[in-house]
Amino acid sequence: MIARTLPVIDRDNEAYWTWGRDGKLAIHRCGDCDYFVHPPVPFCPRCEGRNVAPRAVSGRGRVVTFTVNHKAWVPGLRVPYILALVAIEEQDDVRLACNIVDCHAGEVTFGMAVEVLFEQAEDLWAPLFRPVQS
Amino acid sequence: MTAFAEKNTAISGVGMSEVSRGATKSALALTADAALEAIADAGLTRADIDGIATWPGERADGSGFAPVGCAALQDALRLEVGWYAGGGEAPGQYGAVFNAIGAIAAGLCRNVLIFRTMYEATARKTAYANSLLREGQRQAGPFVWYAPYYTYAAALQQALFFNLYVHKSGITPEQVGQIAVNQRRNAALNPNAIYRTPITLDDYLASPIIATPLRLYDCDVPIDGAAAIIVSRMDVARDLPNPPIRVEAIGSSMRYRNSWTQLAELDTQAQPKVAEMMWSRTNLKPADVDIAQLYDGFSFHTINWLENFGFCERYGAKDFIAGGTRIALDGELPVNTGGGALSGGRLHAYGAVHEACTQLWGRGGERQVKGDPQICATSTSGGPLAGAMLLVRD
Repeated sequence: MIARTLPVIDRDNEAYWTWGRDGKLAIHRCGDCDYFVHPPVPFCPRCEGRNVAPRAVSGRGRVVTFTVNHKAWVPGLRVPYILALVAIEEQDDVRLACNIVDCHAGEVTFGMAVEVLFEQAEDLWAPLFRPVQS
Repeated sequence: MTAFAEKNTAISGVGMSEVSRGATKSALALTADAALEAIADAGLTRADIDGIATWPGERADGSGFAPVGCAALQDALRLEVGWYAGGGEAPGQYGAVFNAIGAIAAGLCRNVLIFRTMYEATARKTAYANSLLREGQRQAGPFVWYAPYYTYAAALQQALFFNLYVHKSGITPEQVGQIAVNQRRNAALNPNAIYRTPITLDDYLASPIIATPLRLYDCDVPIDGAAAIIVSRMDVARDLPNPPIRVEAIGSSMRYRNSWTQLAELDTQAQPKVAEMMWSRTNLKPADVDIAQLYDGFSFHTINWLENFGFCERYGAKDFIAGGTRIALDGELPVNTGGGALSGGRLHAYGAVHEACTQLWGRGGERQVKGDPQICATSTSGGPLAGAMLLVRD
């Protein structure tokens, strides 16, 4: 598969894209009211606290929605592949864009239980999800 | 009812360049054609234009998405204006119109030239100019959370939203396909449309899957072209030749999370709050609307807007469009009467405004809706972007 196109890293999103090095999925959380704040910003929109920092979460979640892409948009792109939004187990309104891997295109379903894994790309670790291995 | 500023404005003229799959003119030349036609149609001259607005402003990135901005057009036409604005952070493409309404209310101008130019057909003949991603460069901006996941086009995000809608509503491909079939039928009667050969439901079902459940015929067609409208202060518009097409109400809200990943209601997109705002600014009701020019970057948008404007109930669009008769030119709510962006060409909501005025002024020729339509609902955009207008001919 061709190389992933990577994000610009800043102070807020660095943990999300690098903690995969240690196998951890980092989501910002308010230390005062426990609300998860994503995309990450050091302000809690629920309690107005500033005590917000990245925390490792379980890495488990559910597929909110998905699509199976069939179009080869650029040379070298292997199709089909699955693009999805996954809600983390800890908080339903934190949704992570991702590819679902280790899963046949026809087998992904709404609400499917998934777990995180990471793929290194340059100096970053992209969170991906796969069906929970039962 | 409160005197909302949009009620003191009206569309006084419209113009459109040649629209093609590969222009013989530059983007700026196409823009000048559309602008000059709109100015003349309004019964004005260049000297009368004292405002310019566009969305999203010039983007000199080679993509053809927005090759012309206010400054280039101003200089080409040597306009002298009291106010201008072009910027992308607005309630979709109609943000330019909403800005113009504010500028007129502020006394900054009286006749605003508003335009949208696309040069995507030519751009796509070179490399992968349509891609949301710039390979080899680190990404930033609204799509950054999608960047590593091979999300090359808006079609992929829209497919995510569309798939959830299909899951929740139970709409079938045969029902979705009525949008594409209806619009091609209308395009066949529109001499300016790109694709004019009728298609059947079987053709729709046989068209390639781009990203489930989105098929090729659910996607609009990239073109080279420009459209322009003149929005005038109401007292000025009343002295001009065309019956004013009043901006009866607008929806421009952002009372939701404006995010391509965190938008709360993915399957309805951002439209419900925007439609709600529009209806709160008028005494008219959905049942009063004669025709609808609904955004159709993807056919799913049109289906969403049918529900979100209240023409049918939530998840009722599948029954509303089944068989295609209600949305046809002779149906109870003719939709996208010129073929829309799917078959007419992607003028990105300004083709829709142009068609709205064409119908409300009775200029539709073979595709003219019978019964002298007077009220049109029109809308823009998908995902977390949305804007809406209700237009009423005096």
